[in-house]
Amino acid sequence: MTTVAARAVGTEADRVEGLEKVTGRARYAFEHPIEDMVYAAPVPSVVARGEVIAVDVAEALTFPGVIDVLWHGNAPKLERVGNAELHVLQSPRVAYRGQYIAVVIAKTLEEAREAALRVGVEYAVERHDVGLRADHPRLYRPERVNPDLPADVQQGDPDTALAAAPVTVDAVYRTPAEHNNPMEPHATVARWDAEGLTLYDSTQGATSLRDAVAPLFGIEPSSVRVIAPHVGGGFGAKGEPHPPVVLAALAARRTGRPVKLAVTRQQMFSVTGYRTPTIQRVRLGAHPDGHLTAIVHDAVEQSSTIHEFAEQTTTPTRIMYAAPNRRTTHRLVRLDVPTPSWMRAPGEAPGMFALESAMDELAAACGLDPIELRIRNEPEVDPETGLPFSSRNLVACLRDGARRFGWADRDPAPGVRRRGRLLIGTGVAASTYPVYRSACQATARAEPGGIFTVRIAAADIGTGARTVLTQIAADVLRVPLGRVRVAIGDSALPRASLAGGSSGTASWGTAVTRACEALRDELDRRGGTPSTGVTVSVDTTEENGEPSRFARHAFGAQFAEVGVDRDTGEARVRRLLGVFAVGRVLNPKTARSQFIGGMTMGLSMALLEESVLDREFGDYLNHDLAQYHVAACADVPAVEAYWVEESDPHLNPMGSKGIGEIGIVGTAAAVANAVHHATGIRVRDLPIRLDKLLT
Amino acid sequence: MSIRVNFTVNGSAESVDGVWEGESLLYVLRERMGLPGSKNACEQGECGSCTVYLDGIPVCACLVAAGQVEGRSVRTVEGLADGDRLDPVQEAFLECGAVQCGFCTPGLIVACHDLLARNPAPGDAEIREALAGNLCRCTGYEKILDAVRLAAARRAPRP
Repeated sequence: MTTVAARAVGTEADRVEGLEKVTGRARYAFEHPIEDMVYAAPVPSVVARGEVIAVDVAEALTFPGVIDVLWHGNAPKLERVGNAELHVLQSPRVAYRGQYIAVVIAKTLEEAREAALRVGVEYAVERHDVGLRADHPRLYRPERVNPDLPADVQQGDPDTALAAAPVTVDAVYRTPAEHNNPMEPHATVARWDAEGLTLYDSTQGATSLRDAVAPLFGIEPSSVRVIAPHVGGGFGAKGEPHPPVVLAALAARRTGRPVKLAVTRQQMFSVTGYRTPTIQRVRLGAHPDGHLTAIVHDAVEQSSTIHEFAEQTTTPTRIMYAAPNRRTTHRLVRLDVPTPSWMRAPGEAPGMFALESAMDELAAACGLDPIELRIRNEPEVDPETGLPFSSRNLVACLRDGARRFGWADRDPAPGVRRRGRLLIGTGVAASTYPVYRSACQATARAEPGGIFTVRIAAADIGTGARTVLTQIAADVLRVPLGRVRVAIGDSALPRASLAGGSSGTASWGTAVTRACEALRDELDRRGGTPSTGVTVSVDTTEENGEPSRFARHAFGAQFAEVGVDRDTGEARVRRLLGVFAVGRVLNPKTARSQFIGGMTMGLSMALLEESVLDREFGDYLNHDLAQYHVAACADVPAVEAYWVEESDPHLNPMGSKGIGEIGIVGTAAAVANAVHHATGIRVRDLPIRLDKLLT
Repeated sequence: MSIRVNFTVNGSAESVDGVWEGESLLYVLRERMGLPGSKNACEQGECGSCTVYLDGIPVCACLVAAGQVEGRSVRTVEGLADGDRLDPVQEAFLECGAVQCGFCTPGLIVACHDLLARNPAPGDAEIREALAGNLCRCTGYEKILDAVRLAAARRAPRP
């Protein structure tokens, strides 16, 4: 275990690329100046299921500026890969409304878009099914759920325990489809030349995108270069490749010219992933004193017909509370819908809404304070695996949050606090997120002038990765921040895992630490930096492969105060406060913003966000930012984020847990629990719109 | 059909040829003039990422037809700093950590710049209302409010 002398780590270092961003100089995917560039405008399917039987490109081809029109009849052939979403323009089949079936390439974007409207498509339309139901006849149990977990886990005899339990909760919770909506729409500039394919892309992982695209075109990963210095948010939507990047590469291949393709906000609702809607049944059995005897959590979710995406909705329930009898399950149905994908805390965010709402219902049923109920059910070891927790400070978070929030004097009676037209209530929920780490490579170089350069194909999608890696490197090298340069966002750099699963800092930071340690040793051995400089390389595959003897998870507690207008039913959050236990916090400034940003997205999930599927036409109706509401500045009250001291030697050299996702987990339940406290109305289906509060 | 548009951008007189009459100011700035600081995130005036000054008034550049700026003056995020000297709003965004992915940042900085020009000492409710047309998906807005407060405390921005 390396001890890092803390100098830069732990301080509020300013964002390394902040200056570029506040001056408008930072270049995002669509903004890289390339000579001889042309524009692509995709043609989406207007039916949800069927077959394209004819594509008439004549009119589009004669439109001014149009260079070519591609569809499955003339598109370059792609190799088969595991994810059929990426087999763009390879087949006449239509699997969902909005799927790309053609693309127009023209000299300007306006010409391409106008011509795309003139592509005539004839379909053999088939009857579609886009309705998720808990009793759908085609429900099945997936082999595994994400990221690679068993679909079902059972211990003890939960059914008998439930039947015998003196106190029970049995309720169904629903969460809607939600779209990530990073501010930067997915965009690609694709260029082929003698070296191969270059992609300027808005991606959470340059290495993984390169490795996914290369086999489609039957070329080596070394023939693909992905460049992504700045990415305008992702929240999972840019984690795995989606059809647009492949379409851009196909169009560039066919025309022989660099092609720019930016997904419109509207098209993002079909082709760049979303959070699956869920129907979750939670059953809790307990003694009158609140001790749980049984937990059963069953989730129903959807995926598309062409790709199985099985979200891990009930997996947090496997580690949250002690109960001798327990079962968690996942069932999936393949519908004629766009393929769901990763969205911030996939699984944990919807799953913990259900579990933490149910715990609030159980607290009421037992006449217990909801914090006390959680403390009574705190497990000594991971209830699923029996492994000890590397650290688990949920109780500390609950207690610290209660003190800061002013929970002690809370009257548990619902629906009794009035302030003018408002009914006021407070709620609490627990939060958790697993600790992940992946193998990476990195190099560290000492330049003769005293500058150090660290290279790794990491991604900064707004998290502050570039900054925190600079801090980590500076401390290991024992030099000031100003002498360290960190190069990321390019697949030509040493291979790295993607920014996902809140694993970036742990994965990349470990490689950066090892590279800088090796460089320090090398410089010691040589007695200084040679005139030509010196470079060392590391690979953390071996270190990362060692199985942990611990269950490793971050925890937190979310507190909300809401006001509900008695006349209109409008619920608004008045205060949000979160306390988190995430190991060592490496940069309080960027970390606090990550927590608050996650909590705000949780507020947005609680009250606003819902992608409404049109049963008749099969598309998401509210497919823009006018109709899909994300929290605006005026929707958000004071949001406070804190953390408890947590020293955990079983994580990584930095002692840190991931912080990008835990902020969203539990927030919606805290808000819903507060709404119940305010009104006496238990809303079990998100979002909490006013129609659900008008009785 | 294409037109020529003559206008001033960040203090410099410019003439752009070959503009299709349906093009937006945002497209002209980003795709024809090499000024991609103003961001394209929704193309319907909902998110504020493309906010620029048009004759001193903040507008969504995606909703302004290129022809409408003929003879007028546009100021973008690229034109807020005085050489290497950042505007106080830019400085405050940097120092407060109000920047994450950075995609909403240029529009927000213009909107904050405008807010402080109109109201040198805004209260929190005024800030939240003034910035409600600029969506940010990363920060939860807390540090953006910090930045506005800091910039206001230091001094009102240059006009």
